[in-house]
Amino acid sequence: MFGDYSIGDLGAIFAMQGFAGLILFSVYVLMALGLAIIFGQMGVINMAHGEFMILGAYVTWLTSNFFQSHLPSLFSGYFFVAMVLAFIASGALGMLVEWGLIRHLYKRPLDTLLATWGLSLILQQAYRSVFGAREVGVELPQWMMGSKQVTDTIEVPINGIFVMVLTLGITMVVAYIMYKSRWGRQVRAVVQNRVMAGAVGINTEKVDRYTFGLGCGIAGIAGSAFTMIGSTGPTSGQLYIVDTFLVVVFGGAASLFGTIASAFTISQAQSTMEFFMSGSMAKVLTLLTIVGILMIRPQGLFALKVRK
Amino acid sequence: MSDEKKPGLHSPLRRKLLMGMAALPAISLLPRTSFAQAPATSAINTTGLAVTDTEVTVGILHSVTGTMAISETGSVQAEKLAIDQINAMGGVLGRKIKFIQEDGASDWPTFAEKAKKLLVNDKVAAIMGCWTSASRKAVLPVMEQYNGMLYYPTFYEGLEQSKNVIYTGQEATQQILAGLDWVSKTKNGKSFYLIGSDYIWPRTSMKIARKHIEGKLGGKVSGEEYFPLGHTQFNSVINKIKLTKPDVIYAAVVGGSNVAFYKQLKAAGIDLSKQTLLTISVTEDEIDGIGGENIAGAYACMKYFQSLDNPNNKEFVAAFKKMWGEKTVIGDVTQAAYLGPWLWKMTVEKAGSFDIDKIAPASAGIEFTKAPEGYVKVHPNHHLWSKARVGQAQLDGQFKVVYETPELIEPDPFPKGYQ
Repeated sequence: MFGDYSIGDLGAIFAMQGFAGLILFSVYVLMALGLAIIFGQMGVINMAHGEFMILGAYVTWLTSNFFQSHLPSLFSGYFFVAMVLAFIASGALGMLVEWGLIRHLYKRPLDTLLATWGLSLILQQAYRSVFGAREVGVELPQWMMGSKQVTDTIEVPINGIFVMVLTLGITMVVAYIMYKSRWGRQVRAVVQNRVMAGAVGINTEKVDRYTFGLGCGIAGIAGSAFTMIGSTGPTSGQLYIVDTFLVVVFGGAASLFGTIASAFTISQAQSTMEFFMSGSMAKVLTLLTIVGILMIRPQGLFALKVRK
Repeated sequence: MSDEKKPGLHSPLRRKLLMGMAALPAISLLPRTSFAQAPATSAINTTGLAVTDTEVTVGILHSVTGTMAISETGSVQAEKLAIDQINAMGGVLGRKIKFIQEDGASDWPTFAEKAKKLLVNDKVAAIMGCWTSASRKAVLPVMEQYNGMLYYPTFYEGLEQSKNVIYTGQEATQQILAGLDWVSKTKNGKSFYLIGSDYIWPRTSMKIARKHIEGKLGGKVSGEEYFPLGHTQFNSVINKIKLTKPDVIYAAVVGGSNVAFYKQLKAAGIDLSKQTLLTISVTEDEIDGIGGENIAGAYACMKYFQSLDNPNNKEFVAAFKKMWGEKTVIGDVTQAAYLGPWLWKMTVEKAGSFDIDKIAPASAGIEFTKAPEGYVKVHPNHHLWSKARVGQAQLDGQFKVVYETPELIEPDPFPKGYQ
């Protein structure tokens, strides 16, 4: 297949392909982070994760409409405002859901699966009733569209770079919160031993609520960012949910580092294989490999060593 | 319009007298409307359909919830508009159309279940419905078993024909061949990159396209790719397209993937005003989600565009917007759905009966001159003769028509040499 091309062409394509892999990696990390926090730290399987993302996307759409009609001069910067609002909206809804639904189910982890799945259906229909069944088009400021010409033949999509930078930033913030801050210590204490954590004066209910809110809020930011690369409709969240779970489960549920490593492995494998074979085949092979590895290592790539 | 009262009686007194005389013996027995010259129900409905002296019931069966609601909403709106307009003209054989709407919920067994309910419990005279091929395939055995009549609006892959279905959209050859001929001639397209979602419609369509490109046009297919439904990452395939530099990208990507595909093409620096892209899966509806700025310059091959410049269409667009709001857009399938109730009305009036066994053969040769897409005619194989048109997507989300076939294309659901 490469016979007809010059070395320069091939070099350019491989460079762009490398970037494609990195962009996919960033996308995977971004969508999996929120779920990893909720699933890893609380053991709650949040099937409505995709819908929290789409809430962020709709908030972005509303913000862009608002800026277009009221503050057209500031339109080029609206995206940053939108991401903050998306975080707040999804996070607030997450805390509400935790308070109304999830906290009653902590002792029955499998039931959270069913409850959050139901929640995802409710949210989808709510979006459909409020925003209409059709997809909405989110308009981007001019500077975020198109690609950056690195050399004559190498072009890198600007929105890809944006997602990479965003992912890096959010990952660092989350890592700091979870591993360096006082609140992160409380979260980990509750995960390891809820009763003891309560006994030393940690308000475990509050910790739970904020953890869930943080996970959902990050999902909102992810949804906001994905308006650049994907669709915004009532059921768009479903497009991401399978890959998200794949990344989290493959990485090992309780480990943020595992999530990142797994996102890297899956994205590189997927994007390389997609280049050499058809999209469906690449997906099949990726899934088969992951299933194979999980059969040998059911705990995922990285697991916390805990005494059982 | 034969059922409307003719203004033949000039003097009001005479009219009153006549009416009174006619009504005297029967006034306590008959409902008021039997003064209209509508034929007796017993004569035009011998199989127990839901037809009364004043009303006839039809079913609307689309998804208003679930994934497919995105696409099917427009069809529901078009069908309701058509029914409204027909009623305003006096209905069908003097009977107003009443509709029962059921929700297929984007779930194929539900479609079959609801179709059965409409036919068996509600005894509807016809069903306007279905959208995806999967839902049609699920409903088809029900229609045939209980002898119903389905008006199906979507362009589809062909390879089907039934006494109980009228296909108001294009079958594959009607949509594909003319577009490929056009692009090969005017854009000098020699090499094609085929890319589609991975299910029956894109795969069958691409098979036909490949045969046509290689066999008739003497071009070559430089790549053929399918992606799972809902796929959102197209960067790798876009790099492959950049590497192979095809003259034409030929796309049949659907649903949420569609949006991702065009956004990422744009982001990767592929300029659609320079790189020819021809799609068979993007209508005005889809552009709403994709965004005009992401797809402007691409070509689509359809039979209808909202921007068609003819008096029928102007009237249709105005009526549609009046009923459903100024912001709604009308895509190819929405227009095809609008044809359903009209074709049914004309068929019933031609057959002089609501009986399925009479309207199935009467369908052949039905002509609809007021169709927004222009004149259409029903073929004996229950598909429509229609034109193919190529439109170029504009920034405002509309298409500019750049080509249309001079003649109507004969529907050929089982094309020889393309299977």
